[in-house]
Amino acid sequence: MNILSLFVVIPILMIVALFLCKGMKSIRTIMVVGSSLLLILSTVLTILFLKERAVSDAEMLFVSATTWYTPLNIAYTVGVDGISVAMLFLSSIIVFTGVFSSWNMNMAKEYFLWYCLLSVGVFGFFISIDLFTMFLFYEVALIPMYLLIGLWGTGKKEYSAMKLTLMLMAGSAFLMVGIIGIYYTSGHTTMNLLEIAKLHIPIEYQRWLFPVTFLGFGVLGALFPFHTWSPDGHASAPTAVSMLHAGVLMKLGGYGCFRVAMYLMPEAAHELGWIFLILTGISVVYGAFSAVVQTDLKYINAYSSVSHCGLVLFAILMMNQTAMTGAVMQMLSHGLMTALFFALIGLIYGRTHTRDIREMGGLMKIMPFASVCYVIAGLASLGLPGLSGFVAEMTIFVGSFQHPDVFHRVLTIVACCSIVITAVYILRTVGKILYGPVQDQHHVGLPDAAWYEKVSVVVLIVSIAYIGMYPFGLSEMINESLIPVIAKLNF
Amino acid sequence: MEYTLLIILIPFLLFLLLGLLGGKMKPGIAGVIGTSGMFLCTVLAYITAYKYFFQAGKINGVWSEIIPLNFTWMRFTENLHIDLGILLDPISVMMLVVITTVSLMVHVYSLGYMKGETGFQRYYSFLSLFSFSMLGLVVATNIFQMYIFWELVGVSSYSLIGFCYTKPSAVAASKKAFIVTRFADLGFLIGILILSYYTGTFDFGTLTADNASLVTTSMAGGTFMGLSLATWAMVLIFMGGAGKSAMFPLHIWLPDAMEGPTPVSALIHAATMVVAGVYLVARLFPVYYFTAPEVLEMIAWIGTFTALFAAIIAITQTDIKRVLAFSTISQIAYMMVALGVSKYDGHDGLGYMASMFHLFTHAFFKALLFLGAGSVIHAVHSNEMAQMGNLRKYMPVTHITFLIACLAIAGIYPFSGFFSKDEILAAALENNPTIFWTLWLVAGLTAFYMFRLYFRIFWNGNKEYKEGHKPHESPLSMAVPLIILAVFSIFSGFVPFSELINADGIGFHMHINITVASLSVGVAIIGIAVATLLYLKDSEKPAQMAKSMSGLYKATLNKFYMDEIWMWFTKTVVFKGICIPVAWFDRHIVDGTMNGIAWSTQKISVSIKDLQSGQIRFYSWVFVLGSIVIAILVLFL
Repeated sequence: MNILSLFVVIPILMIVALFLCKGMKSIRTIMVVGSSLLLILSTVLTILFLKERAVSDAEMLFVSATTWYTPLNIAYTVGVDGISVAMLFLSSIIVFTGVFSSWNMNMAKEYFLWYCLLSVGVFGFFISIDLFTMFLFYEVALIPMYLLIGLWGTGKKEYSAMKLTLMLMAGSAFLMVGIIGIYYTSGHTTMNLLEIAKLHIPIEYQRWLFPVTFLGFGVLGALFPFHTWSPDGHASAPTAVSMLHAGVLMKLGGYGCFRVAMYLMPEAAHELGWIFLILTGISVVYGAFSAVVQTDLKYINAYSSVSHCGLVLFAILMMNQTAMTGAVMQMLSHGLMTALFFALIGLIYGRTHTRDIREMGGLMKIMPFASVCYVIAGLASLGLPGLSGFVAEMTIFVGSFQHPDVFHRVLTIVACCSIVITAVYILRTVGKILYGPVQDQHHVGLPDAAWYEKVSVVVLIVSIAYIGMYPFGLSEMINESLIPVIAKLNF
Repeated sequence: MEYTLLIILIPFLLFLLLGLLGGKMKPGIAGVIGTSGMFLCTVLAYITAYKYFFQAGKINGVWSEIIPLNFTWMRFTENLHIDLGILLDPISVMMLVVITTVSLMVHVYSLGYMKGETGFQRYYSFLSLFSFSMLGLVVATNIFQMYIFWELVGVSSYSLIGFCYTKPSAVAASKKAFIVTRFADLGFLIGILILSYYTGTFDFGTLTADNASLVTTSMAGGTFMGLSLATWAMVLIFMGGAGKSAMFPLHIWLPDAMEGPTPVSALIHAATMVVAGVYLVARLFPVYYFTAPEVLEMIAWIGTFTALFAAIIAITQTDIKRVLAFSTISQIAYMMVALGVSKYDGHDGLGYMASMFHLFTHAFFKALLFLGAGSVIHAVHSNEMAQMGNLRKYMPVTHITFLIACLAIAGIYPFSGFFSKDEILAAALENNPTIFWTLWLVAGLTAFYMFRLYFRIFWNGNKEYKEGHKPHESPLSMAVPLIILAVFSIFSGFVPFSELINADGIGFHMHINITVASLSVGVAIIGIAVATLLYLKDSEKPAQMAKSMSGLYKATLNKFYMDEIWMWFTKTVVFKGICIPVAWFDRHIVDGTMNGIAWSTQKISVSIKDLQSGQIRFYSWVFVLGSIVIAILVLFL
């Protein structure tokens, strides 16, 4: 079997095992073993990929195809390049840490069933290079979200779950249209991305297919003004679901925009990209400004995600190698640090039973470990050198600024302003909840992070610091994979 | 000279060690580890300086640039890549010496000063982090490396100002410091982007080579809003420097930063980090001079204004650390002015040399002043002048060393400040008389407020202290750094600075301009004399003077309301004017539309759901009616 298929097979096996087992202990064992296997698998894959890359110059490696519906040429085609490898690695880290962050769930069995199904969707999406299969996995990743939020969430969870699902479904409706359109206008011979890329979609079709697909994926990437599912959705979701959602699922949007919309329809991207560029530019600044006034920790973080994910789409639309490398790095970096944020928010919320920053204060004295980690997450988010946020943002800014067009450079400067606003809301939050005197005397004596929570945050912090200190390997891997994409974009 | 890497690496490793394992160590051990690591760095820095200036020496009569290490850390494009490396040239070697010396003194001093504080280990790990970042900043081989460490010093400063994180004022001050400097760094970043877009490099060597010809040619002709692109880039880069170096109007964070522990103020907010802006301008001096001379002129004027502005405020402040903070702003502005008025070749580059010279001497005497102030605060447990007086009897070492520092900053011969200040004034005189006379006035004001401070702490009547609260001389760990720094403050002026450090790297012979020297010493003596009259004894005169000029007095006491103006800007304009409307727009308009769509879908479905009632009667009625309508349509149309 292809090594890539293991990414789908392992979560499926986990689902089967969960069905068969009883008791909290065995559930945890299955989850820990399974997610560790995934983590190991992605490490192995990275190593194999780098080895293979050195000798092969194919665009995608480990490609294998199994046709499963001949009339429409739908195949289960998998293959990876450096970008997908990076995304798979990110997903496996988040899935792994998410397990530890949902250690004490009620209805654990059902919860983890959906959790594993979600992982199937996520991994499947990143490995497939067949449009239809990709879409299939995309849907598989979206549906469990509804149940996970609706059943295990907090606050107005039914509303949020409904809103999130409906908005994302509306996005996939666009996507469906887009994919069918791409299939037929490219001569209905194949659903394989690489094959379609070699064909040519006439520009008059591209003009409407590009916006439709970009929008379809963009909704998941929190594109302004279709981002409002994100604050409510994140706020209501349980910890690990927020982690997975902001950490990985939102990246499906960015990845899809890049892999499908931009890659297959470069002419239209050149022609119409500016519209989306303005929208993403707005996302970046607007999300940051909105985050400044929020009082709920999860809302702050959700708006911050809008801003950071906006930067991903922004950089993708700049259509040059550096900016796009930055976009992928930003996906990784944002995925890791929001996951860290949500893990910590969950941890704090689980103890203080509030997420309102006005009701907290001086937590540094009470739970030093969690607080220090929160500060690190904050620093990563505001782009401190040595942590992942910096390298990603700087690659984006420098790359975007290389654009020959003045309009693009001016927009880059506007996007740069977000670094100041980010500092404002991060420091405001940190100063309010962690520093200062203890606000609520009931918080005194609350326990610090438990071992399983520590596992989760330490893994995330180590990854963030690793990317931040040694970005070279990662950025080279991504950079190299972008060469065919850039060639295609510049026709 | 590969071992220079250790100078930077040791503090970083100490930071990791103390940061991760500090909690498990005894405080004393952590302190000793941190201090001895810093000692090692200092020794290495001195060896480097010796080897650089005396063994490597000049090549073809010019101080050479040595790059013992440089590697690509991250690559953006073919040409643009962030390198991390070590660049040794006169100014970076000088900075290495200054930073390690002051840092070591602060490390030793803190052993006594911070004794018994909670988070002692954390304190030392942050000190190491700061030293690492600052050292990395000065040896940067390219502008992006500088930006990286620039941000890192910012964050170490943030953590150290907010060291007592349970104190709301400290938290607010740290936040303010970070955000104000971040705002300035935005300018820096955009400046870097513009500069690198046109020149295609981040490298200092390439940018400044051949009188910055690369910048001149690549940015030629481009204008934006009436100013040339080079001007824009260099102004924006200067903005970053102005933020860190607390130039008006971005100075507001520095006085508040005094909330941090006093040794931290000595290290970061007096001697090292705040001169990073000066260092940045000096590093890019050829670019400024050859491509954007109008920016240099702007720097000179901003500096002049800031120097005067801060000196006036310093007169009325009553918190001793704030007096020193404003004095720091004023003195850094002096350095900025010197760069602004400087030319490039030989003796014309006097301003550049003077600026670096003042940076060098100022680091020692200002650190000494802060540490002395810390010693006083340690003894009387207050920052307010009103709680002090007559301390010379209780703290002789602090008294004498503080006096030396005051004489040095006032510019009295033969203390170090005299030499460097004299050169700055001479450079200003050659350039612009208005700037010269303003700086001359500031020199007088400096002497006045420093001696006001000195007399109010150590003289000023026979203040009696309650039994059991008698001030006492500080322990040895604090006194020794004071003495060492005092020695530096006396003698560092005798370094033949112009031979070692100057704009074009060739060197010239420095001589004292007698007119300028006598003018500056004269005004300093007047300042001291006035201070003696007013403050030697506890008298009513200062209060009366304050009353007679109450408007001015109030304005200066409130720092000309700059804090309030910025507060208004952030609170009213940014927060209420932008953030709240944006959030409202998001919740009500954007989300409202989404909810509206959902709501109308629901309404419509409710109103039409009766159509599908399941009642056969209704269906057949519709069926019959429909058939009739169709029949009519078919028959008659």
